[in-house]
Amino acid sequence: MVFAGRRLVRLVLSLLVLLAATFIMVHLIPGDPVQTALGDQATPQMVAQRRHELGLDLPLPEQLWRYVLGVVTGDFGRSIVTEAPVSDLLTTRFPNTLLLAAPAFLLVILIAMPVGLLTAVRTRGGRGRHVRGWFVNVTGLLNSIPDYVLATVLSLVFVVTIKAFPAAGNDQLSSYVLPVVALVAGPAASLSRIVRVEALKVLDAEYVRAAKARRLPAVLRTWRYVLPNMMTASLTYGTMILAGLIAGTVLVENVFGWPGIGTVISQAVIQKDYPLIQGILLVLGATVLILNMVVDVVLGVLDPRSRLGEL
Amino acid sequence: MTAAMTSSRGHRLGRAVSGGVPLVLVLLFVFLSVAAPSIWGNDASASNVAEANQSISAAHWMGTDDLGRDILARTVVATRNSLVLAVLATIVGGCVGIGLGLLSAMSRRLSRALGAVINVLIAFPALLLAIFFAVLFGIGSVGSVLAVGASFAPGFARITQTLTASVVSKEYVEASHVLGRGPLYRTFRHILPNIAEPIILYSTIHIGTAVLALSGLSFLGLGVQPPVYDWGRLLNDGLTRIYVTPGVAIAPSVAIVLAGLTFNLAGERLSDLIGGRRSAPPARRRESRPAEPSPSLAGGSLLDVRHLRVSYPAADGRLTTPVRDVSFSLAPKERVGIVGESGSGKSMTAAAIAQLVEEPGHVEAEALRFMDADLLAPDRATQHLLGRNMAMVFQDPGEALNPAIKIGTHLIEPAVIHLDEKKQDAKRKALDALRAVAITDPARRYEQHQHELSGGMKQRVGIAIGLMGEARLLIADEPTTALDVTVQRQILRLIDRLGEQTEAGLLFISHDIAVVSELCDRVIVMYAGFIVEEAKTGSLLASPAHPYTSVLLAASPRMGLDKSEPLMAIDGRMPGPDADLPGCYFAARCPHADSTCLSSRPPLRVLADGHRAACWHPLTEPGNAPTPEGVTI
Amino acid sequence: MAGLSVENLTVRYGAVTAVRGVSFDVADGSVLGLVGESGSGKSTVARALVGLTPSAGTMRINGADLSSRQARRRVQLVFQDSRSSLDPRFTVEQCVMEGLVGFRRRDASARVAELLDLVSLDPAIARSRPGNLSGGQRQRVAIARALAARPDVLIADEVTASLDVSVQAVVLNLLRRLRAKLGLTMVFISHNLAVVQYMCDELAVMFNGRIVEFGPADEVIEQAEHPYTRSLLAAIPEMGQRRLLSESAVEASTVTDPPPSGGCAYRLRCPIGPAADPEREICRTLEPAATAGRVHRAACHFARERDESIVPRA
Repeated sequence: MVFAGRRLVRLVLSLLVLLAATFIMVHLIPGDPVQTALGDQATPQMVAQRRHELGLDLPLPEQLWRYVLGVVTGDFGRSIVTEAPVSDLLTTRFPNTLLLAAPAFLLVILIAMPVGLLTAVRTRGGRGRHVRGWFVNVTGLLNSIPDYVLATVLSLVFVVTIKAFPAAGNDQLSSYVLPVVALVAGPAASLSRIVRVEALKVLDAEYVRAAKARRLPAVLRTWRYVLPNMMTASLTYGTMILAGLIAGTVLVENVFGWPGIGTVISQAVIQKDYPLIQGILLVLGATVLILNMVVDVVLGVLDPRSRLGEL
Repeated sequence: MTAAMTSSRGHRLGRAVSGGVPLVLVLLFVFLSVAAPSIWGNDASASNVAEANQSISAAHWMGTDDLGRDILARTVVATRNSLVLAVLATIVGGCVGIGLGLLSAMSRRLSRALGAVINVLIAFPALLLAIFFAVLFGIGSVGSVLAVGASFAPGFARITQTLTASVVSKEYVEASHVLGRGPLYRTFRHILPNIAEPIILYSTIHIGTAVLALSGLSFLGLGVQPPVYDWGRLLNDGLTRIYVTPGVAIAPSVAIVLAGLTFNLAGERLSDLIGGRRSAPPARRRESRPAEPSPSLAGGSLLDVRHLRVSYPAADGRLTTPVRDVSFSLAPKERVGIVGESGSGKSMTAAAIAQLVEEPGHVEAEALRFMDADLLAPDRATQHLLGRNMAMVFQDPGEALNPAIKIGTHLIEPAVIHLDEKKQDAKRKALDALRAVAITDPARRYEQHQHELSGGMKQRVGIAIGLMGEARLLIADEPTTALDVTVQRQILRLIDRLGEQTEAGLLFISHDIAVVSELCDRVIVMYAGFIVEEAKTGSLLASPAHPYTSVLLAASPRMGLDKSEPLMAIDGRMPGPDADLPGCYFAARCPHADSTCLSSRPPLRVLADGHRAACWHPLTEPGNAPTPEGVTI
Repeated sequence: MAGLSVENLTVRYGAVTAVRGVSFDVADGSVLGLVGESGSGKSTVARALVGLTPSAGTMRINGADLSSRQARRRVQLVFQDSRSSLDPRFTVEQCVMEGLVGFRRRDASARVAELLDLVSLDPAIARSRPGNLSGGQRQRVAIARALAARPDVLIADEVTASLDVSVQAVVLNLLRRLRAKLGLTMVFISHNLAVVQYMCDELAVMFNGRIVEFGPADEVIEQAEHPYTRSLLAAIPEMGQRRLLSESAVEASTVTDPPPSGGCAYRLRCPIGPAADPEREICRTLEPAATAGRVHRAACHFARERDESIVPRA
C-alpha cells in the first residue's frame, strides 16, 4: 500500500511535469503563436483580440493557473483554427485510438511471451544456433519495418490489389485487421527479443536448477519458476512498448484514415493549432503515464522484489 | 540426413546474414550518400510533365511522381538526406544523453533529480517527444533533427547512467580514488573506456531508429519540407497516389526498411564481436573409453560412479572436459567429502550425479547408478526415484529459492509430486521439517518469501526441502561457503544431526578440507577433473599420499601456526578444462615430478586398505605391492 | 608510538549506522587484525580509512591528520577481488603506474619493474592485461599498485578470500615479507581467524559496528573474554577434530538481526547472556562499554566469566 502510494505521488509529479511542459511549449515557440497561427494577413487588432480570447495577454502565473484549472475541469481551450472546443474533439476521437491500441497491446503480449520463451528454451546454453540465427534475423527485420511502412504495404496488397479489406474508417470489424497487424508486428518482435533474453537469465538461475534437482515436472517449472520471474522485467519493457504503440497509432491512423487522434495531430502541427496540440499531447502523455503506473503497481503486488528498485 | 543438411545450410545463411552482409550494406549506404546526388541528381530533379504520375515501367522502374521525376532516382538520391539527418540526430541525442547520464552517475545528488526526469521522459513515446520538439524547433530539417535527437536523449542518458553506475562502483575506480586520482582522471581513464563499447553499439542501432523516426516525421509532413526530400517525404507523396499507381510507394519503403535493418544488424554484429560470441559448430566427438579392467563393485552401494567424464564444446570448436575421470562409490549412510579448488571439477561431478548437466554439456560414464536406477538411461520411474530419494543443497541459499513463490510452496512440491501426498498432509509435514531445521515460528516462515529470510535461514530451508522426500542421499554443494563461520557451524551441525536421524548418505562438496574432515568418513581429493587421492578421513590427514593433498593440507592456515615460518605454498595454476596433457596434471607444480610424470598419466592405485592415490611417487609407499587388481576404479 | 591512530570513527549510511565509535591504535610497523561476521562493519572501517566512505571521527598517522586527499595517499587499500579491482583495459604496467605520482615516463617504467619484482612477479608481465593473469598474480599486481603510492599504512581487506588455498599461501607469505622488508603498518581484515592469527600482532573483534574485544592476537585467541569471540573461535573448522560438532560456546539463538537498541547487541545470541540466564537483566538495559586502560579489553558485562562448558584451548 505504501508502495502504491509512493507510486501515485510519482504519477502526480510526472503529470505536473507534463502539464508544465505543454504549457511552456507555447511560450517557447519563436515568434507570436497567434500571429503565426492566423497568418500574415491578420491585422494587429485581430491578433490582439484572439490573444485576449485565449488569455495570452495575462501574466504568466495566471495563465498557468487558468491552464491547470482548465485541464482539471476538462476544458482544454478552443482550437485556434476551427474554434471548436478541444475537449469535444478529444472525446470523439480518443476512444477510437484506444480501440486500436488496446487490442494491439494485448496481441503483442500474447504473441511475444510464448515466442520469446519458446525460443529461449530452444537456444539456451549455446544450443539451437540456427534457431537463434533465424530468430534474431526475423525479429530484426520486423523491428526495422516501421509501422507506417508496413501499413502502407498492407494497404497496397490487401486493400488496393486484393481488395480484401475496407480502405478506411472503423465501422466494421474487418477494418481493425490491417491497422492492428501493422501496429503489432514490430513491437511483438522487439518484445519477444526481450522476453527471450529475460527467460534465458531465469532459465540459468540457481532456483530453476534446484527445481530440476527436485525433479519437478517441466510444466510446473515453467509456470511456477520461470514465468513469474521473467514477468517483471518483460512487462516493464512491455509498458515502454505500449508507449510506442500509442505513438504508432498516430502514424497508422494516417494510412488507414482511422478517425482517431493521430489523424488530427499532424494537421494540428502544420496549422500550428497550439491548444489542440497541447490537448493531444496531454491526453496521450497522461494515458501512457497512468498505464505505466498501473502496470508498476500490479507488478509490485505480484512480485514484491520489483518494489525495491522504485524511488 | 536431409534435416541435418537443411539445418546446417540455415545456420550458414544465418551466419552470413549476421556476418558480412551488414558491413557490405553499410558501405553501400555510405557510398550512395556520398555519390548518389552527383550521379543521379539530374534524373532525380529533371521534371518531365509528359511522364508525370507513371506507374512501374521499363523507363521508370519505380514510376514517376506528379512532375514526372523518376522515383527510383529520387529514392537513391534521398539516401544522403535521410542518413545524414539520422546520423546528426543520433549525434545530438547521444551528446546530450551521454552528458546527462555521466553527470547523474557522477554525483549522488544530481542522480536522484536527473534520474527522476529521465524516468518520466523515457516513459513517453519517442514520437510524441519528437512532435513536441518539432513544435518547439519548427518544422523542417533542423527542427526534425533536433526533435528526433532530443527524443533520443532520455534513452542515451538512461543507458549511460546505468553503465556508468556499474563501472563507478567497480573496485578499480575506487582504487584510483584511493591512489589520489581526481574525478576527471577517473572519468576519462576508467569510466569512458569501459562504457564506450556498449554505447557505440547502442548508437549504431539508433542510427537505424533515427532513419525510421525521421521518415516517420516526414511522413506526417512534419519533417523536411519541399523541395528538400527524404524517404519519408517520398513515401508520403506515394501514399496519396497509392490507389492510382501503387508502385511509387515501394522504392522508399524498401529503402527505409533496408536502412533500418542494416544498422540493426550492424549493431548485432558489433555486439557479437564485442561479446566474443563467435558462432562455432558444436563439436561432438565421442571418445571411446580405453578398455581398462573394472573390477566388480562392492555390492549394495548407494551410489556408484565409474569413469565419469563431463565435456562441453568450447567456443573454438574444441572440447573442454571439466570432469576427466572420476570413479568412486558411496555406501548407504556413508558420508563422503569431495575436496578441490575452483576448477577441479568437484561441483560438475555433483551436477552429473544429480542429472543437472544440460546440453551442450555431455556426460559419459561406464556406470552411473543410484540405488536401483541407471542414471545414464533415466526413465520416468527414475525421475520419481530421484525426486524422492536424492536431495540437493546448493551453495548460494538465496539463489536456490524461487523469489516468486512462498517458502511453503517450495516445501510441499516434492511431497505432492513424488509422494502423492495431499496438500494438507504435505503442509503439516513441511511445518515439521521447518521445525526440524530449527526455524522459529515455522507457520509464519511458511508464508514468507525468500527475501524476508536471512542467509542462514535460507540454507536451513534448503535442507528442510530435502527432508520432504525420503532422502537416501544428500548432495551438498559448498553449502556453507557463502555463510559466516558461526552460521556455517550451525548448518554443519544440522546436516550432521539430520544425517544421523534419517540415515541418509552424504556427498559433501567443499573447497575447505577442514570443513570436510569435520563431517565426512571418507575424503576424495580432486584436481583438474581427476580424483588424485581418496582415503578415510583420518588416514588422509595423517599420511597424505599425493603431493597435491599434502600441499593442500600444509597451505591451509590453521590455529597455532608457527609465525616465524612461511606457509607452504605452490605457485602456478591448475590446468584448465581445455588442457590436454599426456601425463599427470599436477606435474608442472609438483616438487616431486620427474619425466615419467610428464609423459604418462598415473592411475588411481590402491596404496592401503581404502587409500588410493593417482601418483607415480606417492609420499606413503603402498602397503601391499600393487597387483594387477590393484588398478582399480 | 602510534603508527595509525583512529578515534571515535562513526559511519552512517542513511538511517543505518554501520560503524559506531570505533577507536584503535596500530603501532608503527605492526599488524592489526580485524575480524567479524559479514555486516559487522569491518570493511566499512577500511573504506572509511581510505576516504571511500564519508565518516566522522579522527584518523592520524604518526600524529598527522588524514583529511586531505594527499594525506590519504599514505593509507592504501588492497581489495578482496582482484578481478574487479584492476581495470580490464589497463596493462599491468598502467595499473601499477596509477599509483605513481611525479615520475617521468622512463623512470616510471623502471619503478614499475622494481615494484613487480618486489611482489615476486616477472617484470615481463608488465604488458599483459589482468584478464590473462591468475588470481594470485592479479592480487600481487594490486599489492604492487598500492605500494607504488609509498603508503605508511596498508589495509588488506579480505585479500585472500577469493583465492584458492594453495595460492592464498603465496599472497600471505608475500605480505609478511613486505611487512618485514618495508616496515609497513597493516590492517588485515579477514573472516578467517586462523589466517588472522598467523598474520597479526593485535586483534580487534567487531560485532554490529563496534569493537567488542581488542588485544594482542595470541592473548585474545587463547584467553578470549567476549562470548562472541569465543563463539567465533569455536566455529573454526579444524582438520579432523570434529570441533564444530561439539557443544562448546554454541550460540543461544540463530537470529541475525540485532535486537532493538539499548543493551548489548549480542544478547539474543549470547550463550552466557539473558537468553541463557534470565537473571542477567543488565545485558538488556545497558550497552557494555569497552573498558579502556587495560591492554586486553572486551565490551561485555560478564567478560571475565567463562562458560563452564568451554575447555580453554591448550
